[in-house]
Amino acid sequence: MAEREYDIVIIGGGPAGLAAGLYAARGMHRTVLLEKGVVGGQISLTEMVENYPGVPSVNGFDLAQTMLKQSESYGMETEYVETKGIEKTGQKWRVTTSGDDTLIGKAVIVTAGAEYNRLGVPGEERLTGKGVSYCATCDAAFFRDMEAAVIGGGDAAMDEGLFTTRYVSKATVIHRRDELRASRILQERAFANEKMSFLWNTVVEEVLGDDQVTGVKLRNVVTDETSEMPLSAVFIFIGQHPNSTFLEGLVEMDAGKHAIVDEWMRTKQPGLLAAGDVRQNSARQVASSVGDGVTAAIAADHYITDTFRD
Amino acid sequence: MAKPTEVTDSDWDTQVLKSDVPVMVDFWAPWCGPCRMVAPLVDELAEEYDGKARFYKLNTDDNMQTASKYGIRSIPTLLVFKGGEMVDQVIGFRPKSDLKKSLDKAFA
Repeated sequence: MAEREYDIVIIGGGPAGLAAGLYAARGMHRTVLLEKGVVGGQISLTEMVENYPGVPSVNGFDLAQTMLKQSESYGMETEYVETKGIEKTGQKWRVTTSGDDTLIGKAVIVTAGAEYNRLGVPGEERLTGKGVSYCATCDAAFFRDMEAAVIGGGDAAMDEGLFTTRYVSKATVIHRRDELRASRILQERAFANEKMSFLWNTVVEEVLGDDQVTGVKLRNVVTDETSEMPLSAVFIFIGQHPNSTFLEGLVEMDAGKHAIVDEWMRTKQPGLLAAGDVRQNSARQVASSVGDGVTAAIAADHYITDTFRD
Repeated sequence: MAKPTEVTDSDWDTQVLKSDVPVMVDFWAPWCGPCRMVAPLVDELAEEYDGKARFYKLNTDDNMQTASKYGIRSIPTLLVFKGGEMVDQVIGFRPKSDLKKSLDKAFA
């Protein structure tokens, strides 16, 4: 177990973290970026990003890889580990991870992003990757001519639900309310798609199947009637939550566990910043997250210069 | 240098099931982002286990028969075989240490 010293430790390799890394490394700060999964975060699962200014259309994974190479070319290091905790040590921060070494940073920028919500029903976790999916663009191709359920009523549910209809024979949207939250244009597309049907006021109580999904157990929230629906896939899009567990008790948070920061992405803890989807009121776009990351890196640079001048 | 090689529906049995050493198969498709993160990790394992295990890649777009036979419903998925039997699987992108742990079950 060794301790390694950095100027800036960045937690999370989505657009916010990669942009922060670029500015931190170009600012001649010794910088490490920690990523627990796939660099790019949510965009690495996006088929096409079409709203990042200056880039008409790009595969999300490719965009993330380009950002990573750009940041690394200026000296940013990348480590594939999960962050376990952050604590103050003197005027610096100690970051513990699933890796062997502990990292010390003069400043820490948390860009840990957000993760999709799970239903929390029996069978869901056991059958993930076996018919339960949180990404239609990744998995829908394996359900050609089979029937699927799409859980949720927002933009993501409609968008991904529409994508599944390229493959599945039928997509039933199961929603706990009697109307959708999704934007009008997506609603109209969904209602017009003949492979899509809608089951209102209904929640999933259990995902059924031994080693593959074979159906779902449903309950109507108005009548309390239960039923079973045979199908092969359950695509779940019921919102997301910030990856902020390791910030709890350390910084102020809103009710949704987003970190509260000022316009420079600073928490009330000196040298601890938060940017992108993990912070309160994020616009949750690639472009806004990049802006957040850049702002945080510049703020961290100012902080380090002011605090650690020798 | 040991590198993973392509396997298809037609040579699956001879290459994978009849292998005399443990086998790791990477189920992937060109459109799958996380698959491209797993590939270099499998390349590294292929070097480390040179002579002890064999490594294959199966393109699920072109080889749906094998993919559906093994109930692949999400990629990347890695399957580990020993003596024609599946001994473990890893679904989704995982760090290299997890892949190693899974492969080592074929040597237990």
